[in-house]
Amino acid sequence: MSKQRVEKNTAYDTLTKEKRKDKKQERKQDLQRTGAISKPANIVLNILFTLFTLFCILPFILIIILSFTDEEVIAVNGYSFLPAKTSTAAYRYIFQTGDQMLRSFITSVTVTITGTVIGVLMMAMYAYAIYRKDFRYRKQLTFLAFFTMLFNGGLVPFYMVCTQLLNLKDTIWSLILPMCMGPFYIMILRTFFQTSIPDSLIESATLDGAGEFRILVQIVFPISLPGIATIALFSTLDYWNDWFNAMLFIKSEKLYPLQYLLMSIQDNMDFLMRNSSKLTTEQASMLRKMPNESARMAMVFISTVPITLAYPFFQRYFIQGLQVGSVKG
Amino acid sequence: MFYIFGGEILSKATTSKVSKASRKKDFHLFLMALPGVAWFIIFKYIPMGGLLLAFKDFKISPDGFLASFMSSEWVGLENFKFLFMTNDAYIITRNTVVYNVIWIALNLVLSVALAIGLNEIHNKKLSKVYQTGMIFPFFLSWVVASYFVFAFLSVDKGVVNKVLKHFGHEPIMWYMEPKYWPFILTIMNMWKGLGYSAVFYLAAICGIDTSYYEAAMIDGATKWEQIKYITLPLLSPVMTTLTLLAVGRIFYADFGLFYNVPRESGALFNATNVIDTYVYRSFRQLGDVGMSSAAGFYQSIIGFILVLASNKIVKKIDPDKALF
Repeated sequence: MSKQRVEKNTAYDTLTKEKRKDKKQERKQDLQRTGAISKPANIVLNILFTLFTLFCILPFILIIILSFTDEEVIAVNGYSFLPAKTSTAAYRYIFQTGDQMLRSFITSVTVTITGTVIGVLMMAMYAYAIYRKDFRYRKQLTFLAFFTMLFNGGLVPFYMVCTQLLNLKDTIWSLILPMCMGPFYIMILRTFFQTSIPDSLIESATLDGAGEFRILVQIVFPISLPGIATIALFSTLDYWNDWFNAMLFIKSEKLYPLQYLLMSIQDNMDFLMRNSSKLTTEQASMLRKMPNESARMAMVFISTVPITLAYPFFQRYFIQGLQVGSVKG
Repeated sequence: MFYIFGGEILSKATTSKVSKASRKKDFHLFLMALPGVAWFIIFKYIPMGGLLLAFKDFKISPDGFLASFMSSEWVGLENFKFLFMTNDAYIITRNTVVYNVIWIALNLVLSVALAIGLNEIHNKKLSKVYQTGMIFPFFLSWVVASYFVFAFLSVDKGVVNKVLKHFGHEPIMWYMEPKYWPFILTIMNMWKGLGYSAVFYLAAICGIDTSYYEAAMIDGATKWEQIKYITLPLLSPVMTTLTLLAVGRIFYADFGLFYNVPRESGALFNATNVIDTYVYRSFRQLGDVGMSSAAGFYQSIIGFILVLASNKIVKKIDPDKALF
């Protein structure tokens, strides 16, 4: 009986070997048939892409590592991917004494949400108005928005208008208002309306006696939710990452948004470090003990957490928005 | 007779009814657009009038801005003369334009190549992973990115200098040597933007009808031939539009990149100063309203002419691909 079993096994082995060879042939023919690239070419491409993707992500990982590196190790060894000693001192320091950070975080969140809501509403209404083919001022208003993409007055007049005309200096509105509309986003929304809302729908609604506002809210908004979500996400990103308006208009630290706070501690730390040689050895060693470097890196990392968390959303609507935007309206 | 008469009465009745409803509709739609219109006028069109500042010797009067504007005397092209007398005008123009030209070309070639490569990879899941990683830098601000650069290029602590020291090389004062910065800035610009553009082109490639490729394969076309004769031509509308948009902005630089990454190091200005940073610094740091207005005017006007010109050129080549 064991002899039979051995015979059976060898027959099985040869069968699987042949099967494997056939499968390999089959796969090669499949590749050729579907027009896919050869295996070696695929491997080369994968290596290249891995390198490029690493290049894109590595700096971010370095910052995370640095935020968990012990401060003295940084002072002695500098920045490294493999720290000799790790520590959570930076994060403890921030959570204990970081009321400025918290304030800036809240400011950023407030500005982002307010600005996005106001902006998306204004842009959606504007886009709907210029989308309507029977709107009397359609051409003029389209030109009004589009022209600003080609020509603008520059920094100086913009600053003058915001500070002298509108008195926005050092107010939270200076962070919100100058950024709430983007002509490019309006065009994206308009194209989205054009491709996803059939004219007949609007016509029948008008015949049923619905007013424009009603059509907008009850028909247009629900259908175009993906488009609006795309605009909202882009707008959120712009607001969250904005530091320029703060640099121009904000003086009081309690109004510093997060990105501007990161900018300002860059210089302060430089100042501290540049002057450390003038301090006594005792003062210098005390400065070293405070988690300056790792705390800065921790702050940078914390500021990117909301973006990283919302990243799946961004990815999903991002490509959609680009595709719609690339269709010339 | 009755027909015509009756018809006229009927049509008159209906026209006035229609126009009332359409006027109401127009009014409502205009109301909708009104906030936007107000915003555009305040934040975009009134500042355009401020371009006139470039022709005035702006002096602050205690009665507020409008009074200061009125009381400052017209100096014609004085501000422009001062601006172009300096060497700065040449440097900032050269930097802005040359960087943009090189980056437009590089970005186009590399992102299309990346997109085609992403499309050809066997494992689609892996392709998605690469995409996720590649577009991540796009979502970070230049402030955050400048910290990244500093982590690598810091003189005493940076990773690069440590590696150099390990190989016995002297550490380089990265933030003091302008000669490295064209490369550093280029690398950073690619780092932030390539993934974004590549995914964009990838979406366009995915929209191409596969029957084109099938037909080509039946005819015995190789991969390269397929790319050359199918993919690239079908991508060219998108490529042209994007390039045209970029060329129209050749006089404008990414302020975030040029202001944050070099960390305001004056030693690097030869390589890192662009029109936008010059306008900002001469306005906010030096308080020179005349010069900064003149530089801003210079940028806006030439930028506008370039957009019109590039659009006209594209219109001549292929009217479908023009912007307007």
